Amino acid sequence: MAGKDRSIGGESFLDNLGKIYLYYTGGFFGFVAVLAVLEQLGVPNKWIGYGFVFLTIAVYAVIGVLSRTKDVGEYYVAGRSVPSIYNGMATGADWMSGASFVGMAGTLFLLGYDGLAFVLGWTGGYVLVAVLIAPFLRKFGAYTVPDFFSARYGGGFARILAVLVLIACSFTYVTAQIYATGIIASRFLDMDFTVAVYAGLAGILLCSMLGGMKAVTWTQVAQYIVLIVAYLTPVVILSAKKFGIPIPQLTYGQAIAEITSLEQSMVAKGLANAATLKPHIKPFTTYDPLNFFALIFCLMVGTASLPHILMRYFTTPTIREARSSVAWSLFFIFLLYFTAPAYAAFSKLEVYSLINKGTAIADLPAWMYTYGKLGLVKVCGIDVKSAADVAAACAKIAGHAGQLRLQDLNINPDVIVLSTPEIAGMPYVIAGLVAAGGLAAAMSTADGLLLAISNALSHDIYYKLINPNASTNTRLAVSRVLLVVVAVAAAYTASTKPADILSMVAWAFSLAAAGIFPALVLGVWWKRANTPGAVLGMILGFGVCMYYLVGTRYFAVSFHEMWGWLGTASPAALKKYGELKAAFAGAAPGAAADAAWKALDAHAQTIASWWGVRNISAALFGLPVGFLTIFIVSLLTPAPSKEVQDMVDATRLPSGDLIMQDKGAMAGGH
Amino acid sequence: MQVNAERHWSRTSTLMWIMLILWAFFSFGIHFFVDQLNTIKILGFPLGFYMAAQGSLIAFVIMLFIFSARQESIDRQEGVAEE
Repeated sequence: MAGKDRSIGGESFLDNLGKIYLYYTGGFFGFVAVLAVLEQLGVPNKWIGYGFVFLTIAVYAVIGVLSRTKDVGEYYVAGRSVPSIYNGMATGADWMSGASFVGMAGTLFLLGYDGLAFVLGWTGGYVLVAVLIAPFLRKFGAYTVPDFFSARYGGGFARILAVLVLIACSFTYVTAQIYATGIIASRFLDMDFTVAVYAGLAGILLCSMLGGMKAVTWTQVAQYIVLIVAYLTPVVILSAKKFGIPIPQLTYGQAIAEITSLEQSMVAKGLANAATLKPHIKPFTTYDPLNFFALIFCLMVGTASLPHILMRYFTTPTIREARSSVAWSLFFIFLLYFTAPAYAAFSKLEVYSLINKGTAIADLPAWMYTYGKLGLVKVCGIDVKSAADVAAACAKIAGHAGQLRLQDLNINPDVIVLSTPEIAGMPYVIAGLVAAGGLAAAMSTADGLLLAISNALSHDIYYKLINPNASTNTRLAVSRVLLVVVAVAAAYTASTKPADILSMVAWAFSLAAAGIFPALVLGVWWKRANTPGAVLGMILGFGVCMYYLVGTRYFAVSFHEMWGWLGTASPAALKKYGELKAAFAGAAPGAAADAAWKALDAHAQTIASWWGVRNISAALFGLPVGFLTIFIVSLLTPAPSKEVQDMVDATRLPSGDLIMQDKGAMAGGH
Repeated sequence: MQVNAERHWSRTSTLMWIMLILWAFFSFGIHFFVDQLNTIKILGFPLGFYMAAQGSLIAFVIMLFIFSARQESIDRQEGVAEE
């Protein structure tokens, strides 16, 4: 015990956290300044980009390596020593994925008001986390979310179910993060996509493998700082330039007012089609009210059920700090989410002004070519690569006057954030900063998810079910091996560019909500909930949700045949369905039948539903089924034992010992 | 300090329901009236749009800090706080 422990996560480190991360932030700004100077001196953009990406990843990796640990408690729950503000930042980085960073503003750009369902859904869920779940799980003292299911609902079967739900909702999610890492690296560094995926994987592993939760925590704090600086900088500059006030969240009200008048002006000039234009502030143009509110609801409850988020609240020193840490998490997440609509508004204003002034097809701005080459901006249906090709494509459209019209333009949502620095004419260093931020967002989320999956496999399956006598060293070794295996599997899946996996990420929220939320919440708030009720509730809730997701997406024709009477398809859509079905029945076997089936299936996907609910909100059915099953089955079967009820009582009280104690957890051993 | 676990849980439950009602109001209730609210303009923002883009989010953040402080004082008053 000579002197203070000066390692990362040690006593001296925790005492000086504020100073350390302040220096880190200052160092980061200094680094950006150096690159800005280098750019002015004529260093090529490519090198500026490399500088950003490699230096930030190197810093994360150094933190990861310095945080290596041999202690089980540090590996699984960061030694329960993370102060609430820092846990809030780490949760922010854990939560905000590559898609939030890159795609959210674009979604708002395309959908206008209806896109705000995502902004609301991905923030409000933290109220449920703080009030219903986090403090109790912290008191419980679990290492993983399935730990709680096992103790509360009597053993292995409930644990296995929880692990299955966890993997079902986390694996596609982590694959999408690694995919995003590859996309960002390949766009900014001109790396081959597959190489970029594995390079990103190496960075992610260095951050998490040696130090588990402890390492992930301190890298996520560092990543949060990079991502929030990167997200805010371009839009703050833009706001200052345009409106003279560097607070975009306030000034974009004016942008919205201008957008509304431009919308009318474009329609009047024949540069936009009144039928297809979605006014930015008009509600329910994409989702009907039922789907808008269902989406908010499912995203919120899903947020409160995702294991990689819940496990972050295991790491605080006290229950009190677990609660305040949820508040801090939401604050740090809010900083990004209340800025996203400003991004969307500024970009939209830029694009609409461009169209409104009657830009000729021959004079498209340079940024459209930059992103057109990557296949992200289309005009008149083709990628913007050469002016002649675009002009030719537009000339083929009847009545086209050679001026860019709103309906000619197709922008991939990812472009909005990535192109803002360029559209506003900022130096390349800002674009490099944005790339570094996007990488930080994707990597930090991937770290959290990988840890959630590998911890469930190593702790819940290996240690608790297969080998309860494993030594501390064996447990950590198994955890690390599984982490690498899961990471490589996810990277391999991502490298195949699976289109479906990406759209399935949105499903994670509904699956987590339906599979985990009812049994978790009733486990704390309703003592009468018992094992048969919870087990059946999880199976049926998750099952109904999965059935709806898979049925409406992959078996839309048979789903519609079976449930058409519950659908809300219009008579015209039903008539079209009948015609396509007849066409399929009458088509000659072979290519013709395949094509007819494809058309039938594509149409069926648009009408297969229960009451018109989109499959992204499948938890709207899974959740009530889960809750009702637990209620009914629990009441029909004997109450839980006295021990279990006492345990629930103890979970509810902040004072007293943790419910679960791990024999290998105390540093130094007993 | 007198420990009263039962009263602690009933006060905790009451706080929980208050928070859930506020949560439902800011998540759903207020947005039912988006069209009516949009007729009011503040700093260029139509109010209905503003509530979904910022207003409700700010409410959630403030709610959580208040919740955290309230629950802490309930824990202390009922003698079940940590330490």
